[in-house]
Amino acid sequence: MYEILLKQDLVPNIHLFKVVAPAVAKKAKPGQFVVVRIDEKGERIPLTVADWDEKEGSVTIVFMEVGTTTARLALLKAGNSIADFVGPLGLPTHIEKFGTVVCVAGGVGAAPIAPIAWALKKAGNKIISILGARSKDLLFWEDKLRRVSDQLIVTTDDGTYGRKGVVTEPLKELLASGEKVDQVISIGPVVMMKFCAKTTEPFGVKTIVSLNPIMVDGTGMCGCCRVAVGGKTKFACVDGPDFDGHQVDWDLLSARQRIYLDEEKCSFEQWQRNVHPEVKAHGKAKS
Amino acid sequence: MAKLNLNRVEMPRQEPKVRGKNFNEVALGYSLEQAKEEASRCIQCPKRPCTEGCPVNVEIPDFIKAINDGDMPEAVRILKSKNALPGICGRVCPQETQCEATCSLAKKEAPIAIGRLERFVADWERANMPKAKSPSPKPKSGGKRVAVVGSGPAGLTAAADLAKMGHSVTIFEALHVAGGVLMYGIPQFRLPKEIVQAEVDYVASLGVKIELDSVVGKLVTIDELLNNGYQAVFLGTGAGLPMFLNIPGENLNGIYSANEFLTRVNLMKAYRFPEYDTPVKIGKKVAVIGGGNVAMDSARCALRLGADEVYIVYRRSEEEMPARREEVENAKEEGIQFKLLTNPKQFLGDKQNWVVGMECYEMELGEPDESGRRRPVVKPGSEFVIDVDEVIVALGTTPNPLIASTTPGLETTKHGTVVADEETGKTKKDKVWAGGDIVTGAATVISAMGAGKLATADIDKFLRG
Repeated sequence: MYEILLKQDLVPNIHLFKVVAPAVAKKAKPGQFVVVRIDEKGERIPLTVADWDEKEGSVTIVFMEVGTTTARLALLKAGNSIADFVGPLGLPTHIEKFGTVVCVAGGVGAAPIAPIAWALKKAGNKIISILGARSKDLLFWEDKLRRVSDQLIVTTDDGTYGRKGVVTEPLKELLASGEKVDQVISIGPVVMMKFCAKTTEPFGVKTIVSLNPIMVDGTGMCGCCRVAVGGKTKFACVDGPDFDGHQVDWDLLSARQRIYLDEEKCSFEQWQRNVHPEVKAHGKAKS
Repeated sequence: MAKLNLNRVEMPRQEPKVRGKNFNEVALGYSLEQAKEEASRCIQCPKRPCTEGCPVNVEIPDFIKAINDGDMPEAVRILKSKNALPGICGRVCPQETQCEATCSLAKKEAPIAIGRLERFVADWERANMPKAKSPSPKPKSGGKRVAVVGSGPAGLTAAADLAKMGHSVTIFEALHVAGGVLMYGIPQFRLPKEIVQAEVDYVASLGVKIELDSVVGKLVTIDELLNNGYQAVFLGTGAGLPMFLNIPGENLNGIYSANEFLTRVNLMKAYRFPEYDTPVKIGKKVAVIGGGNVAMDSARCALRLGADEVYIVYRRSEEEMPARREEVENAKEEGIQFKLLTNPKQFLGDKQNWVVGMECYEMELGEPDESGRRRPVVKPGSEFVIDVDEVIVALGTTPNPLIASTTPGLETTKHGTVVADEETGKTKKDKVWAGGDIVTGAATVISAMGAGKLATADIDKFLRG
């Protein structure tokens, strides 16, 4: 069992757990992920690490409530435990001195991009960050990204904070402005990463994306997470999760993420019907 | 079932129509009377060819004699002194090509049903001697520690033997339960998980520590283990990487590797979705590609999940199928349809990326290939389409490169298997042994156990040397 040391509600539907996992904390590197299973009946889901503290023996994960597992996770509190916390898995993000790197984060993607930005900064890169969210109240870690960035641009889809619009607009302007950009890293929803890659492609700037397809074991055993990159099948769990965004077959990735839509709905509805009364009260109190 | 000689005591099984709708065990096991009757057929021949035919050299005539004498605790003792996992082996070993094939009666009438008797003894112990009595611990070998990587059949056997020899053993397992392929691969109806768990618990009762959720190669490397207090390492990580056909359309939705499908169903208990959170797609027309035991397991799982039609699609004929005869018969009885001499050319999808069909070639058999089986050859112009909405690719597996790629000095073959001495399991790397599928490529539970046993003898010698 892995104890939750600390829980923070970053925004209403995005939460942070600091989990006691000393061995994982010792080995974690930016861009890697852990597989989490809540309990005996839970599924295994991958979550990219957001931070770790070797001294404290803790690993930080950030997740958004999107279905049964993440909704169940969100009900846990500091002091509760998670059955399984496996990692660090996947290949770390490639870090070297590129020159100028633009880190583009959308929604919950702000969490995994933070340690990557720090590592790139330490390697001597100039960091320009673009942080986007649907709305002001869904935005988090602006402060963290500001500290690591030489320049930070914030966008909201609805214009409630920062610049109105989506992340690809400032990204395109930046590239068009003549700013010498050596690499782009984009982490967020599939559609955001896809359009970041489409935006940078004409400028010929290498764009790394962190893919998060459905996984089971996370160690290369099942092939559930297969993605097509440059016409070749890759397993995101062991060959990634980082890939060259210009080579990714985005339509396939989107389609494969929809495999269990019906089951996810069924599972979530059942969970909602069966939740304990106090959980319902908790849910109400939250909204 | 005309092939089975009537001289053998039949083992009761669930009726095909009934069992095709549940995940309960198909074979129900002998009663004490049935076991005694079967045991009484053993002629106790002096040459004991059955023991030689057993990869872990169980003293088969002795435990059969104990059954015949009605001394069940003695039967348990004899069996477990050589085999830590009898409930598992009694169910999934291919006895027909091992101990039973060498049985003296095999030449004249049906060989003794050694597997069924082994199963009976293991089940009797679980029911009647609930607290597995640990064998008396031997003197410690001066605080020597061994790391066993992987808790499948090879790892469990090696760990149990090393613990019995007095060594301090820790198993590192990547998944959240121990058992490896016995847990994630072989279905509940063929090998109930409670039995695997009981035998894992027995190994733990010998003093073996089991560290779950520990992916060696990521969380810790082999060199780190050796530099941090472990004097020897045994690698039993199996062959966990699924092979695909590499033909167009293979990434369509609804196409699974057998590993994924079986992991969802067995390990994550998707057959009890939504009580359990992990889902699995339930197709109406399911094609399973391959002719091995894993293909049979996948097909029979798909049927039990509620598929209308399940096909085994195999490029050779039934004669060349690597699956156990018994499993092929079980599958046929349950209504699995066999499309033989058929090989997929490509998968066809709809606009939403879901698989809707499979274009296949008809095949014919040519000259024998390097495996000794006749090579399947495409019949030109024979393409035809099978309608399917789910496909399970069961072509085999290769070792996961994770450990080899993070362990300098560990030599591997071009197939990704680890090079190890056949007699001792010793790899090219100092203090590291290996056995099971990681060395041989995908094979059987008992051969992995045999390899685990061979290596432990050499590890023990090294630790005491």
